[in-house]
Amino acid sequence: MEHIELFFKSIFIDNMVFATFLGMCSYLAVSKKVKTAVGLGAAVIFVLAITVPLNWLLDQFLLQPGALTWLGAEYADYDLSFLSFIMFIATIATMVQLVEIIVEKFSPSLYNSLGIFLPLIAVNCAILGGSLFMQSREIATLGLATTYGIGSGIGWFLAILAIAAIREKIRYSNVPAPLRGLGITFIITGLMAIGFMSFGGMLTGGDDGAQPETETVQVQEQPETKDISLVEENNKKEEDGTTDMEQKTLANNTINE
Amino acid sequence: MGLLSKKDTKLITDPLADNNPITIQVLGICSALAITAELKASIVMAISVIFVLGVGNVVISLIRNIIPSKIRIIVQLVVVAALVIIVDQVLKAFAYELSKTLSVFVGLIITNCIIMGRFEAFALGNGPWRSFLDGIGNALGYGVILIIVGFFRELLGSGTLLGYPVLGNPIPGELSGLYALGYENNGFMLLSPMALIVVGIIIWVQRSKNKALIED
Repeated sequence: MEHIELFFKSIFIDNMVFATFLGMCSYLAVSKKVKTAVGLGAAVIFVLAITVPLNWLLDQFLLQPGALTWLGAEYADYDLSFLSFIMFIATIATMVQLVEIIVEKFSPSLYNSLGIFLPLIAVNCAILGGSLFMQSREIATLGLATTYGIGSGIGWFLAILAIAAIREKIRYSNVPAPLRGLGITFIITGLMAIGFMSFGGMLTGGDDGAQPETETVQVQEQPETKDISLVEENNKKEEDGTTDMEQKTLANNTINE
Repeated sequence: MGLLSKKDTKLITDPLADNNPITIQVLGICSALAITAELKASIVMAISVIFVLGVGNVVISLIRNIIPSKIRIIVQLVVVAALVIIVDQVLKAFAYELSKTLSVFVGLIITNCIIMGRFEAFALGNGPWRSFLDGIGNALGYGVILIIVGFFRELLGSGTLLGYPVLGNPIPGELSGLYALGYENNGFMLLSPMALIVVGIIIWVQRSKNKALIED
């Protein structure tokens, strides 16, 4: 359950591009055509899916305060977290080199179309950012770290795919000259980010503010307010004809969650 | 410092406007957008990047003839990572609250495309003094945009500058200044999408003034 929640959270709510602006440079540079955008997005997903769990292992067994206890009890109070940056970036650079070799072997056409961007992924803030956010949010298990990596990658992929598609279409639009190219892309990305903010309520089960209202209404006047509470519950749960008892338990359950 | 030669002065002034790393070269966007909700954070980030880029450019320029070409990216990353660790530790020691606000974005200076970009484009092919100037110039260009965005976002979003309320007192019951006339803070400016739109507007203004920069 946690995995599914983290998965959707990292794609929509904490979207790497729209919420935290990671990977913007390659996002802006590669989004002129959908084909290259798809290639780069896939590479980002792959690299994130590998480096976030690896860096989690590093963090867990080497870098965290008290992480070195597996070597011996006397190492318990070593805190190597200041080395995080160098260790993370080293893992990422190695992994990207590996991905480059694999892509060159298995898909030379993709390798050619990606050109300079593959080595550029190593310095893509999205990759390092994924690992750093994994560390700062103290993600608990290896499985969760992998889910987070894959989810973040898919979120980034969605973003670059959308903006590439839009940029291809607006080539025929009447954009004012000073805004053409970079300027309008910024503004469109801003609007898309506003759109993605709507996902903020996704995992809390809707508008939290409405919960107390339904609760008090039901407690005070049970028979008469059946219609009102039905309407309010309908907006969220789309259930017709449930009894008062069931609705109260529903409201109670969602508050307890 | 004595008078800089004309070419050297250009190294500093070009990135401030015509060759601005953020609006023209399209580098360093990530941190420019994420931490500019407060003017203070923008200023501290700008200073950090000036330090890292200035010193980094000099170091890379000094060792440029002995780095084997195959591992130059790794060497650059190590140099930047070391400098950023220093910045991070200094921030944690002297400005802990601010380092919490900046959180992972101090670490992300490592992958700030401006730094790697200038290493590749300039420091690897030029002497230390000119690389230093180029680094300072580009970091200043980056800082200027950061400060402009941070200025507008903080002013319009929370009515304060550097933490000091400048538009009056917004607390209901003790309204003063602009708030007494009915003005309210536009909280939306503090959210991420507005940073993108503010930078878009800056690009608009810049390219209207300098028609040569317009893309087709």
